[in-house]
Amino acid sequence: MNNTARILLGHGSGGTLTHQLLAKSIFPLFDNPILAQADDAAVFSLKGATALTTDSFVVQPLFFPGGDIGKLAVCGTVNDLAMMGAAPLYLTAACIIEEGFEISLLEKIIRSMSRAAREAGVTIVGGDLKVVEQGAADGIFINTSGVGSIARGRSVSGHGARPGDLVIINGHIGEHGTAVMAARQNYKLTTAVKSDCACLNGLVDAVLRAGPRVHVMRDPTRGGVATTLNEIALQSGVQIEIDEEQLPVTPAVRGFSEILGIDPLYLANEGKMLLFADPRSTAAALAAMRGHPLGKQARIIGRVTGKGEPLVVLRTAIGSTRILSMLTGEQLPRIC
Amino acid sequence: MMKYIDEFRDKKLVSGLLEEIDRLSGQPVNLMEVCGTHTMAIFRSGIKQLLPETINLISGPGCPVCVTAQADIDAMLALARDKRVTIATFGDMLKVPGTRSSLEKERAAGCRVVPVYSPLDALELARERPGTEVVFLAVGFETTAPAIASVVSDARRQNITNFSIYCCHKLIPPAMKLLLDARELKLDGFLCPGHVSSIIGSRAYTGIARRYRMPCVISGFEPTDILETVLMLLRQRRGGAARVEIQYKRAVHPAGNPLAMRMLRAVFSAGDADWRGLGVIPDSGLHLKKPFHGFDAARKFRIAPVKTAAEPRQCLCGKVLRGVSTPPQCRLFGKTCTPEHPYGPCMVSSEGTCAAWYKYR
Repeated sequence: MNNTARILLGHGSGGTLTHQLLAKSIFPLFDNPILAQADDAAVFSLKGATALTTDSFVVQPLFFPGGDIGKLAVCGTVNDLAMMGAAPLYLTAACIIEEGFEISLLEKIIRSMSRAAREAGVTIVGGDLKVVEQGAADGIFINTSGVGSIARGRSVSGHGARPGDLVIINGHIGEHGTAVMAARQNYKLTTAVKSDCACLNGLVDAVLRAGPRVHVMRDPTRGGVATTLNEIALQSGVQIEIDEEQLPVTPAVRGFSEILGIDPLYLANEGKMLLFADPRSTAAALAAMRGHPLGKQARIIGRVTGKGEPLVVLRTAIGSTRILSMLTGEQLPRIC
Repeated sequence: MMKYIDEFRDKKLVSGLLEEIDRLSGQPVNLMEVCGTHTMAIFRSGIKQLLPETINLISGPGCPVCVTAQADIDAMLALARDKRVTIATFGDMLKVPGTRSSLEKERAAGCRVVPVYSPLDALELARERPGTEVVFLAVGFETTAPAIASVVSDARRQNITNFSIYCCHKLIPPAMKLLLDARELKLDGFLCPGHVSSIIGSRAYTGIARRYRMPCVISGFEPTDILETVLMLLRQRRGGAARVEIQYKRAVHPAGNPLAMRMLRAVFSAGDADWRGLGVIPDSGLHLKKPFHGFDAARKFRIAPVKTAAEPRQCLCGKVLRGVSTPPQCRLFGKTCTPEHPYGPCMVSSEGTCAAWYKYR
């Protein structure tokens, strides 16, 4: 055994090792008065409608171009809140760590979470740490939960799509899926593509402040844009048409997908949002998005064509149409 | 990369080709593609809807997973249950239902099944795990056979004794002949497979074109490739010709790839093979030659050759593979048989005809 400091089963015992680890590697990085209380639960007050969400992160590899499991764990939960029109406020983080995991890597992950939380303006107010025997987990798994406040009058949900709505996306698709796949090395392909992993609450705020009539917002993560559109069609009971030629795909993602025979429409994103808005206010929505660093490439990719049997149709680049179905089976496990 | 994509999906080129196809179409024609990648490409770009109604594109036995006989699937499952064995396989095989189970279910029950992306990875696995017997499930057509031949040669040269293959590799031209002999379908031309032909060349189809008076055009995989191939087939029909042409000139040479063929012939010889839906076709399978028998998992683990296990009742995969039925004619299609709960292999594989119909409808 080398001298690298590693997580021992004792670090999860709740005893002195746990306290030392928390004091040295965790608390200083998540510095805030609520957490510093070190009580059994975080205490705070909220006003009005509140959104609550939770998500677990098991991505492999833990570090990939453009992000890591820590950043992903913060952004994922922040984005789920933001997509409901909520301003994300407080997060909890629970880690399940495999015995033998390098403490320096844990610190790196915690630092990354801390940075992402600071950038998103959220506070990590509680958490948990468990250690399991070697082989019982794969390095580290992280769960984050979060709450956010929904301002009065904001009503956004997957049920809100209406005929005539235009569908907007804030940038290039498939980058997270590509970056993680390439980082796994299974395919022996290298690419310069970075994950788009980012907190979208700032972008959402910029759009909603501009006042467009936004009916649906959703982040197309697992299953990609195709699957998310199908979810919205199903929830809202509408038919959606997407224009293949309008889909923003970088040459690198496109080339990677072509080589592997996969469709970027099914690749995961971690910093993208689909937005359905009344056609009279899409110009305002687009302008607001393009004025934000995460929305410079925003564009209209399709429209809601009618009510009825839920359906997503793709107008193909050669001018034909086909049904765009949900992802069936798994394209790639453990991407988030 | 873009240089080789957009040009082949150009709307103007597509509409020009469609106009010409429209002009030449008249009598109904049945054109069959015998490559799963063609099937997927046709559905993905929506080519069927653009063609005149008189042109019927039929999918044939072009998906290697789909044509694997039920008996072979059952043999693979038996291998997976052998405690000494680690199965290395392309991911498409995982969900294929055998008579009672699937590799996915066996894996969940504790058997060692590792998805790999290349036969080289399987050999690497054998090197890394000297205590276990790694069996690679060799399922495919001429395209992948040379790579497998090369890996088996490497294993022999490097004396890696814990590696073997369960070989279900098949050859396409004998299946095309069988379909023509069976006369279940009135075919007017073949869209010949691009990747297979890059190995075997265009001369491999000369006999088919001559003997059956059947136009054959080797096609690429982009929308304009496929439309140009349809056009070339129509032109042959109209002029009363029946010859082999290459549309996919950027990849296929009339003589194929001699180096790959040499590798293939050094390791494999042609023999009988059992095809799902088509039965046993003489000289349509690849068998390891004698010096390589030590790498034949069927011999090594004494897998008794099962004659033919019954295929699932009501499942029309067999007829779909022969092009006689379309997936919606199957009573199970889209109801009890879906990609999540496949009944037959044509719904499992990403190149299967049922999967294509289900996904792109």
